[in-house]
Amino acid sequence: MGAFGHYLSGHFATFRLEFWSLFVGGVANGFLYGMIAVGYTLVYGVLRLINFAHSEIFMSGGFAGYFVMKALIGNSVPSGAATVFLIIVGIVVGGTAGALVATLLERVAYRPLRRRNAPKLAYLISAIGASYFLFNLAGKEFGRYSISMPQPYINHPVFHIFGAAVQLYYVVIFIAGVVMLFALDRVVATTKLGRSIRAVAQDAETASLMGVNIDRTIALTFIVGGALGGAAGFLFGLGTGVVYTMGFVPALKAFTAAVLGGIGNLRGAMIGGLLLGVVESLSVVFVQAAYIDVIAFGILVAVLLFRPTGILGERLGRAA
Amino acid sequence: MQTFLRNPHLRRFGISFLVMELVALMTGPPGSTQTPTAGFRGSFFEASSFYGLFRTQRWVVFLALAVVVFAIWSGWLTQGSVIRTTTSKALTYPRAVTQRKPVRWSLLGVALIVALLLPRIVDDAFWHSAMTEQIGVFVLLATGLNVVVGFAGLLDLGYVAFYAIGAYTTAWITGSLPTPAPFHGHFDPFVAIPVAIVIVMVAGILLGAPTLRLRGDYLAIVTLGFGEIVTIFANNLYGITGGSQGSGPIPHPVLHVGPLHYVWSLKPVPYYYLLLVFLVIFLIAFSLLEHSRIGRAWTAIREDEVAAESVGINPLKYKVMAFAIGASTAGFAGVVTASQSNNVFPSSFTLQSSINILVLVIFGGMGSIFGVVVGAIIIQVAYSYLLHTPPQGYQSADLYMYLGALLVLMMIFRPSGLIPSRRRQREMVLSKAGEGHMDEVLTGDTP
Repeated sequence: MGAFGHYLSGHFATFRLEFWSLFVGGVANGFLYGMIAVGYTLVYGVLRLINFAHSEIFMSGGFAGYFVMKALIGNSVPSGAATVFLIIVGIVVGGTAGALVATLLERVAYRPLRRRNAPKLAYLISAIGASYFLFNLAGKEFGRYSISMPQPYINHPVFHIFGAAVQLYYVVIFIAGVVMLFALDRVVATTKLGRSIRAVAQDAETASLMGVNIDRTIALTFIVGGALGGAAGFLFGLGTGVVYTMGFVPALKAFTAAVLGGIGNLRGAMIGGLLLGVVESLSVVFVQAAYIDVIAFGILVAVLLFRPTGILGERLGRAA
Repeated sequence: MQTFLRNPHLRRFGISFLVMELVALMTGPPGSTQTPTAGFRGSFFEASSFYGLFRTQRWVVFLALAVVVFAIWSGWLTQGSVIRTTTSKALTYPRAVTQRKPVRWSLLGVALIVALLLPRIVDDAFWHSAMTEQIGVFVLLATGLNVVVGFAGLLDLGYVAFYAIGAYTTAWITGSLPTPAPFHGHFDPFVAIPVAIVIVMVAGILLGAPTLRLRGDYLAIVTLGFGEIVTIFANNLYGITGGSQGSGPIPHPVLHVGPLHYVWSLKPVPYYYLLLVFLVIFLIAFSLLEHSRIGRAWTAIREDEVAAESVGINPLKYKVMAFAIGASTAGFAGVVTASQSNNVFPSSFTLQSSINILVLVIFGGMGSIFGVVVGAIIIQVAYSYLLHTPPQGYQSADLYMYLGALLVLMMIFRPSGLIPSRRRQREMVLSKAGEGHMDEVLTGDTP
C-alpha cells in the first residue's frame, strides 16, 4: 500500500498541476471526436449500420486540406484576416472532400447491397474493403510518411484559463466545433432535410409511404456526416499532420464516443466525444502515453457490455 | 439534360470509363510525399504505345479498355441469360461426375500428392520460402478463420491477435523472451504446440465469453480493438515481450520419437511438410466438425439466432466454441511461424494481416472449406508472384489496395464466394426452383 499510495499521491500532485492544460487539450480533441462521431450516428440512424469506412472520409478531408493549404500558403506566414480566410477555406475544402468520398462510398459500397436487401455482415465486409482500398490508394499516391501541414497562423497562446495557456489551434477547434455542431443540431431539428432524416431513422418504410425519398435522404445523410468528418480531418491534420493511416485511431475513438453517448443519438455523440476526449487526455497522468488507445477501447468494451444504449440512450430519429 | 444523363447506355459507358481510369490510377506509378501529384501524372499522362500501333497517353489506353468493358457489359445484358443457361447445361455432366464419392476422393488424393511433391516440382529457393511462409501459413489461418466467420457467422477482425499469442507463447516456452520460461526450462517448439493451443483457446474464451453477446457489427469493432491492443502490449512491454526489438532467437523444433530423429533448420521445405501434415489434420477435423451436431448448431445460429435458441441451442456456448477453435488454429500457425522465422516481432501482427486473412475467407467462399483453401492459395500465390517479379510501379503495400477492392467487388457481385459451400449451392438451386429462401447470411434476397 505504501509504495502504491506514494505512486498515486505523486500522480495526483501532477494531476492537480496539469489538470487545466490537459483539460483544454482534451476538450479540443473531444470536439474533433464529436464531429466524427455524428457521422457514425447519422448513418447508423438511417441505415442501422456502422459505417466502417468513415475513417477514410476523415483522411480525405485531411489530405484535401493539406493540398489547399500548401497551394495557398507556400512559404508565407499569414496572420489576421488571412488566417481566418485560410481556416475557413480549409474547413470548406476538407468538408467538401469528405462529402464527396462519402457519396462515392454510399454509391459504390452500400447502394448495390441495399438494392438486394443484403444482410448486415455483407455491408460490414464491403465497408471494410472500401476503407482498405481508399487508404492504401492514398498511401500509394501521397507516399507513406506523415506530412506536416503548412500553418495558416503562428500557434501562440491566446489567453490563459486557470493558469493553463490556450493555444490558437485549440481556439480554432473550439469555434469551428461549436459552430458546426450547433448548425448540425439545428439542421436536423428544424429543416425539411432534418425532418426526412428523422423520419427515415424512425421507420424507413412508413417514411417512404409519406413521400420521403429514401435514396435521396440516405445520400444527403452521408453528405452531411461526411462534410463534418472531412472538416474534422482538416482540423486534425492542422495539428498533427496528414498520413494515409491517419483515420484509423481517431475514427475508432469517435465510434467509441458515438456508442458512449448512445448510437443514433446526435447530442449523445457530441457529449460522448467531449467526455472521451477529456477522460483520455487526463489519463495521460496515470498511464504511459503508449497505452492511451487502450483506455478508449476499454471504455468502448465497458459501455457495450454494461450499458449498450450509452449515456443518453439510443434515440433513433427523435428530435436530436 | 436529365433524360440525356439517365440514358442507360451512357450511364454504363460512364461507369466503365470511371472504373477503368481508376484501374489506370491503381496500376500506375506511385506518388511520394515530396511530389504527391507524380502518381496521377504518371498514371494518366505518361506516354505509352497503344499495342505498338501509335504513341499515346495512358488514359487513352484505358479509355480503349473502357470501350471493351462497355461492349462486354452490354453483350452480357442481352446475351447473359443465354450464355448462363448454355454453360450450366454444359457443366451439368462434369458437375454430376465430381459429386460422386470415388471421384471426389481420388481428386483429393491427387491434390495431396501434388502438395507433397510441390517442393520438387517448383524447385526454387524463393518459392520454397513463399510456399511455407506466405501460402502454407495463410491457408492454415484462413481455414481457422473460416470456422469463425464462415461456420458461425461471427466477423472477427482481430484474428491475428491469436496468431501473435501463439507465436509469443512459443518464444516464451523456448526461453527466448526477456521474461523467464516456465519451470526454468528451454523447451522444444513441439512442446509449445499444445501449450500455445491451450493458451490461445483460453484467450479466445476470455475475449469471447463477454463480447460474443454483442451484435455482429459491435463484435467486429471489439475484436478489431482487441487485435490492436495485443499489438500495443507486445510493442511496449519491454520487460516481457522484448518490445519492438522482438524476441531473442527461437530454437528450431527437434523430432525424436523412437527411431525417427529429425532436426528442423532455417530451410523452409521441412516446415512446409510440417505445415502440410497439420493442415491435413485441421482440414479433416473441420470437415467432420461441419457436419457434426456442433456444425449444425453453428449453421442454425448463423441463419437465425432466435430460432436456434428456441429449439434449445445455447448460442453463446457454440459461439465461444467457434471462437476458441478458430483461435487454436491461429495459435498453431503462430508456433510454426515463430520457430521457422527464428524470432517474433510485433510488427508482423498488424490489422492488415487480419484483413488479409478475412479476404482469403470471403474470396474462397465463407463456410466452404474447399473454397477457402483454393481461394487462399490463389490470392497468396498472386501475392508471392507480385513480390517475386513486381510489375513497374507496384509496391508490396499496394496489395492491400487490391484486396480491399476485391472485398467490395465480391460483396457486390458474388457474396457467396468463388466456390460456395455445398449447403449454399443447394440453397441456390432450391431458391431458383421456388422452394425456400437463400441462406441469408451474405446474399440477402436475390431476385
